[in-house]
Amino acid sequence: MIGKGKDRLFAILVLLPSLILVGIFVYGFIGNTMYVSMTDWGKGAALAFHPEKNFIGLGHYGDLFTGFLNSRFRQDLVNAVFYSLFLIIGALGVGLFIAVLLDRDPGGKGTYRTIFLYPMSLSFIVTGTIWRWLEAPGGGLNAIPTLLGLPRAQFQWLSSRKTVLQFNWQDLFVILIAIAVVVLAFLAVSAWVKEKKKEAKWLGGIAVIGLIWVLFFRDATPNALASPETHGLNLATLGVTIAAIWQYSGYTMALYLAGLTGVSADLHDSARIDGATEFQYYMRVAIPLLKTTTLSAIIILAHISLKMFALIFAMAGPDNAQTGHPSVLMYLTTFRANDFAKGAAIAVVLFLLAALFIIPYLVGAHKERSYR
Amino acid sequence: MSEMKTSAVNYKRIVLYVIIAVLVILYLIPIYMTLITALKPPAEINLATAWKLPTHAYWKSFSDAFKKLGPNFMNSVILTVTGTFLSAFLGSVNGYVFSKWQFKGSELVFTLMLFGMFIPYQIILIPLFQTLRYLHLYGGLPGLILAHVVYGLPITTLIFRNFYVQISRSITESAQIDGANFFSLYARIIAPLSIPGFVVVAIWQFTQIWNEFLWGITLTRQAAQPITVGLAQLAGGQAVNWNMPMAGSIIAALPVLLLYIFLGQYFIRGLLAGSVKE
Repeated sequence: MIGKGKDRLFAILVLLPSLILVGIFVYGFIGNTMYVSMTDWGKGAALAFHPEKNFIGLGHYGDLFTGFLNSRFRQDLVNAVFYSLFLIIGALGVGLFIAVLLDRDPGGKGTYRTIFLYPMSLSFIVTGTIWRWLEAPGGGLNAIPTLLGLPRAQFQWLSSRKTVLQFNWQDLFVILIAIAVVVLAFLAVSAWVKEKKKEAKWLGGIAVIGLIWVLFFRDATPNALASPETHGLNLATLGVTIAAIWQYSGYTMALYLAGLTGVSADLHDSARIDGATEFQYYMRVAIPLLKTTTLSAIIILAHISLKMFALIFAMAGPDNAQTGHPSVLMYLTTFRANDFAKGAAIAVVLFLLAALFIIPYLVGAHKERSYR
Repeated sequence: MSEMKTSAVNYKRIVLYVIIAVLVILYLIPIYMTLITALKPPAEINLATAWKLPTHAYWKSFSDAFKKLGPNFMNSVILTVTGTFLSAFLGSVNGYVFSKWQFKGSELVFTLMLFGMFIPYQIILIPLFQTLRYLHLYGGLPGLILAHVVYGLPITTLIFRNFYVQISRSITESAQIDGANFFSLYARIIAPLSIPGFVVVAIWQFTQIWNEFLWGITLTRQAAQPITVGLAQLAGGQAVNWNMPMAGSIIAALPVLLLYIFLGQYFIRGLLAGSVKE
């Protein structure tokens, strides 16, 4: 835009307060939390107005990942992975399914959309309170069989102590390498299909090296922990995940429905003329066109899953170790146990997990805007 | 032949409607259970009758719940209205600069700003807690409002920026030729055109602030706690009578639910805008 010098100056002056606030409250505070996580904050006087802080390095992180007393943190991390994974898969699957149904233009489409989306407007605390009642041992879900004259179900949705998919935390590095092998192999195959043979060979090569390592040098891999410690998928977390999917599948539905409506009617017609069934149209034409939508949805769901603090708090209570999450543990450690430095370290781990998703996404969006 | 085809189509339509009906019921069950439980006298709430309608409507749970949640409700009203108003105004001005007065590096600054809406807020909680204490804002509503306004800046700026990008250059340029400067261009052209933008942002921020919990429970003292904290405490005890938490849930959900039912279109637009990529 053509602008006079004075106007340009005004523009920057008007923006400045917000920039300073974001600079301090986002970037400054993140830096501060990172620093705090490397101190010995307070020592018995944690709530002092100016607590004594000495730099101690990465000790708290070492404690969290290898300390005997911090096995809850490690289980919470495992829980966080499963919460994220199941929320993403569940909300994407259910949301896409409903979007395709509504894309078939049933009468009253708008009403259905309103019904599927209303849970989005609720607070996690409201959702958590309602679902806590539904999943209570004597509550609604377990009473469903009695409607059919059967004895009531006994499943302890939020307090089950059963754990499946157990693994020994000592083997963590081997497991991570094995996961990397699977991901690399997948990437290599998809690169090969896209005729990017050189890239495929590189990826495949690294995958093979990893595979050889996992198969033959497993015992040479250092243990992640001094003594055996099992972790796994706590079944109690599923109760929370169901409520989260109920709340957020409407969101992915709205994203996909907007995308499907955007796929032109011409494309739908020409697919039909080419003899494609409706199923083939969605599988081969429409859904592949919605790749960006899927990517956005994954990023946002991953981000939401890291913010499930309030839902877990309301549904299972903060002290329920079975359904724990690093965000809840951060709250307990900082504001109940007054261990600010360790709380900061947990927050940093959580932040790094989020950054893993968010930074590539924002960089991509930034490039897209700049090229325009 | 054609008759057969229509019946096949009808059959498919029927299956479609049956599936949708089942899903609608599944999505409405939690609301049904909440309503019937809130309206039952405590003695009627047990496993055997969990799914049954109450024998008579027992409204006392609502008045009891409101007695406990009333102060929280008022706190949330003040917090939400003030926070929404301030962050919508700042977001609008920022979006105006980022869309119409781009400077060297403004895209980068914008991206750096967006980062703030994706962080898990635990990462800023400790310095925020300390800073509010130093500023003597810890424990009360002003501190909570400050937090909501600052961390609301990225999303409100994003929505307004994307909204203003669509206002064509010819409109703003002709206004400038007529002598409009930075401020009068905003006041006379941009702001009047952005009423729908304000509605989208206001609904989004209202929902976010009304529903927020983490800051509510860590940054306020009893007297200033918002509705979400009040509800969590009402429902949090060990031996709960479920009629009270259910009535409380309805009270806590009603303002945003009404907003959603009557202005759903704008809510969805805010939702889609939250995905950064246009």
